[in-house]
Amino acid sequence: MRIKIPNLYFFMLVLLAVLTACSKKDSDDGITVVRIGSVSPLTGAQTHIGKDNENGARLAVDEINAQGLTLGGKPVQLELLSEDDAADPKTATLVAQKLVDNSVVAVVGHLNSGTSIPASKIYSDNGVPQVSPSATAVKYTAQGYKTAFRVMANDAQQGAVLGQYAVTKLNAKRVALIDDRSAYGQGLADEVEKAVIAAGGQIVDRQYTSDKATDFAAILTAIKGKSPDLVFYGGMDPQAGPMARQMKSLGLNAQLLGADGMQNINFLKLAGIDAENAIASSPGLTLDVMPGGITFKQNFNARYGDIEVYAPYAYDAVQVIVAAMKRADSFEPAKILAELPKTDYAGVTGQIKFDAKGDILNGAVTLYQVKNGAWVALETIK
Amino acid sequence: MDIFTQQIINGLVLGSIYALVALGYTMVYGILELINFAHGEVTMMGAMVALAVMGAILGVAPNMPGILVVVSGALLAIPACMLLGFAIERVAYRPLRHAPRLAPLITAIGVSIILQNVAMLVWGRQYIPFPEILPKSTFTVFGAHITGLQIFIIVLSALVMSGLWWLVQRTRLGRAMRACAQSREVASLMGVNVNKVISLTFVIGSALAAIAGLMVSAYYGLAHYYMGFMLGLKAFSAAVLGGIGNIAGAMLGGLLLGVIEALGAGYIGDITGGFLGSHYQDVFAFFVLIAVLVFRPSGLLGERVATRA
Amino acid sequence: MLFFRERPRISLLLLAILLAVLPFLTSGLLGNSWVRLLDFVLLYILLAIGLNLVVGYAGLLDLGYIAFYALGAYFYAWLASPHFGLHLPFWIILPLGTLFAAAFGFILGAPTLRLRGDYLAIVTLGFGEIIRIFMNNLNAPVNLTNGPQGMDLIDPISFGGFAFSGTHTFLDIKVPAIHLYYYLFLAFTLLAILVAYRLQDSRIGRAWAAIREDEVAAAATGINTRNIKLLAFAMGATFGGLAGGLFASFQGFISPESFNLFESIMILCMIVLGGMGHIPGVILGAVLLTILPEALRYIGDLQRAWLGEVIVDPSDLRMLLFGIALVLMMLFRPAGLWPSRQRKRELTAEGEIAAHEQESLHDAQR
Repeated sequence: MRIKIPNLYFFMLVLLAVLTACSKKDSDDGITVVRIGSVSPLTGAQTHIGKDNENGARLAVDEINAQGLTLGGKPVQLELLSEDDAADPKTATLVAQKLVDNSVVAVVGHLNSGTSIPASKIYSDNGVPQVSPSATAVKYTAQGYKTAFRVMANDAQQGAVLGQYAVTKLNAKRVALIDDRSAYGQGLADEVEKAVIAAGGQIVDRQYTSDKATDFAAILTAIKGKSPDLVFYGGMDPQAGPMARQMKSLGLNAQLLGADGMQNINFLKLAGIDAENAIASSPGLTLDVMPGGITFKQNFNARYGDIEVYAPYAYDAVQVIVAAMKRADSFEPAKILAELPKTDYAGVTGQIKFDAKGDILNGAVTLYQVKNGAWVALETIK
Repeated sequence: MDIFTQQIINGLVLGSIYALVALGYTMVYGILELINFAHGEVTMMGAMVALAVMGAILGVAPNMPGILVVVSGALLAIPACMLLGFAIERVAYRPLRHAPRLAPLITAIGVSIILQNVAMLVWGRQYIPFPEILPKSTFTVFGAHITGLQIFIIVLSALVMSGLWWLVQRTRLGRAMRACAQSREVASLMGVNVNKVISLTFVIGSALAAIAGLMVSAYYGLAHYYMGFMLGLKAFSAAVLGGIGNIAGAMLGGLLLGVIEALGAGYIGDITGGFLGSHYQDVFAFFVLIAVLVFRPSGLLGERVATRA
Repeated sequence: MLFFRERPRISLLLLAILLAVLPFLTSGLLGNSWVRLLDFVLLYILLAIGLNLVVGYAGLLDLGYIAFYALGAYFYAWLASPHFGLHLPFWIILPLGTLFAAAFGFILGAPTLRLRGDYLAIVTLGFGEIIRIFMNNLNAPVNLTNGPQGMDLIDPISFGGFAFSGTHTFLDIKVPAIHLYYYLFLAFTLLAILVAYRLQDSRIGRAWAAIREDEVAAAATGINTRNIKLLAFAMGATFGGLAGGLFASFQGFISPESFNLFESIMILCMIVLGGMGHIPGVILGAVLLTILPEALRYIGDLQRAWLGEVIVDPSDLRMLLFGIALVLMMLFRPAGLWPSRQRKRELTAEGEIAAHEQESLHDAQR
């Protein structure tokens, strides 16, 4: 029971010194700087889509700054504080608190449902509006926090459309489901299952994988034994790509259906020619239809290259927040929060309105099919 | 029946890959009793270097035959990984040979993190697709589908493993390796250059990792800076299942683990009446591993030494 | 430093004052996110001390320790969230939760008794993954854990009607909930440190040390190695379960992704980095490894300050620097940053000879 006190004390001093050494900075150059937070995983396996979200938000901020923003008669410059939550719920709360400490007026994020939910409590406690571009778990807005919004259709909305579409439009009677056991994939597959049954289809098999897997031969073989008409995959492109390849090499000729996690250029690259005829949905309208959509795409491509997945939603999330600022003519979080529910904004991903919970109202879902190695819009379902 | 055959084939292909990576773990463990956690990352580096080389070649000569491109990718990736393995041993493990047991384990984890992040900085965060240059051919055996690539993977793994077996059992170097595994001190008294043998072990293991990495990325059609972690973990489990430190054990463990996973994912739902599904695939694999170790604490082919610390 | 060495009482008092004002100091200087980080530091100290019982004292390499943390967290969530409609007070849940985790410690310990070294490592790793996979999938057929969606709206700690949420005001001082959690966690951590020290010097602690150094010899001296090993697992699990319960109440939301293998490895790194088997070292390791990744976030700001622009994205470099730090630390201080005096002596005394002795001993064991 001998604690060497001097050593312990010395070490506490060192700790304090370290703490003070990294103390925060101040910035002001005459123009009022208003900070908007952006949170997504910038390390770990989801880094590529995390960076994509950040890029989308940054493009919006830079464009708004270039146009000039005036609130309450004063010129205002936006600053994007981008933080990494590593897709980890614990880190997400730390980062949320950090953004609150740095007095951000609103937050675009987080990318995952699993991080958006614990962080939403902190934003709610501090009255900071949170607009997630891509968290789709129903729970995120169902907790009763007034600060939680999202610009993407939730799992229930998108899943219902997908299940219905599979049975009625694609004439699939026997449906097999696969999900990646992530909050996103599992939530979506559950909703699709409900919708398929409601539309009179039959679920012949349900299989599971993980969001780190690359080998699906075993589960696809099991599915093949049930001879389905259609295979729905709830998950992201790194799994969907190899899955499409392995379906072909196993001779499983069912229609592959996916959601927004798959409807992107990476899926095309990873699946190669086996991507052909795959169908996937994406919330909102096509970029080509929306005003400013094509300009957005060009600008984004010029600066960051291809759009990975959710960058347009992150872009819209910033725009929605700034539109609320303009209406409130203020950058106080409380005033922005008061204006956000009244949002009616034509974003690059569609017309954005919120319902009472903060979910997107009557969100359209567009279906795409791979034709000759490119995603082609099939139809938009409202 | 054709479904069952198919699952066995699925398992064998997966198992061959596990076995090839497991060999790297088991060789190092046999000599140093060290879990080389970074081995999975060396595999990843092999895939990444090969893909980069192939991309460069295809950029210059897009009409070159696919197999030639892949072979040249391999020819650069293998020495690159050998160099990497040599460097890892020199920098991260050799200075710690007399340190407490866990210290090299931590450096191994550190090296893993470094390699992952270096790969991320160099090749980016995206999943990198494997170019579609290899001919696609599918054969039907007993109603099951098997692709040319799958056959190639199984055959190549078998060849590499028998080559390694020959190396360890029949050559001077192999004898030196076995001597070091038994006792480094006595081996050095007998005139074996222990440091050289250890370096060579790492170099050979890394060459195997490069081949495995290239095969994984060709088979699944992608490479990613994070791909080594899970692969390494599975391969390590395979090595332990077979009896770590034992080359035949690594092969057996790899193949077994692959087949167990395939059968587990394919049939667990039907066996349990839908109560458990393929989401318990890994549970199934770990459960078999634990059961084997409870009854044979040194793995299937491991030495039965009661006090192996 | 001499001043403090000669006056241990004053130093202890100063330390106590420092620990008491630390959250206010930190929030004043750096902001509340750092107080939140302090809370996590305390949780990780708890975890590291618990794992140290198993790995540092008894020498059993456990790579699945996070499973007990998960079990404690889920146990708390089951009894204090709308999921089953139960809202029991924390002083009932936390003791039960630690027992629950301890029971699983026994269950894990039982089949692994015959395994040594790396075989034990892989089995414990498997156990950790199995628990996580079950938590991730037990939303059907019976919804126990809500699966990957996680469990939310978990009750904060509360004494009677006084809940640890929002901001409270005492004597005109504003005290946010994270400060209250700090004091609660600090109390538990100090208790854990005390228990760990008492254990080390007890019969059990000496028996653990004996097993760690040589199991056969330990058995020969009449130590019941089976019971003693099981006890190590169960005691370690207790700490994990406690930390898990605290984590659940603190976060208000838990999901399986918080309990992955990487966390187990991190906790192991903490104790190895700090100095295995040596409590102050373990604490130092936990503090450093929790703070380091967060502190490294500031390299972006430093670049802006020194170079005028961000050349390398800090998020790109954070984990890389962390990996380099791990390697360098081990290369230059293989026994950890703050090893116990005994360990240090073993390692440095007459360098070469000791090393050779160590190695021949090592070979003799095989």
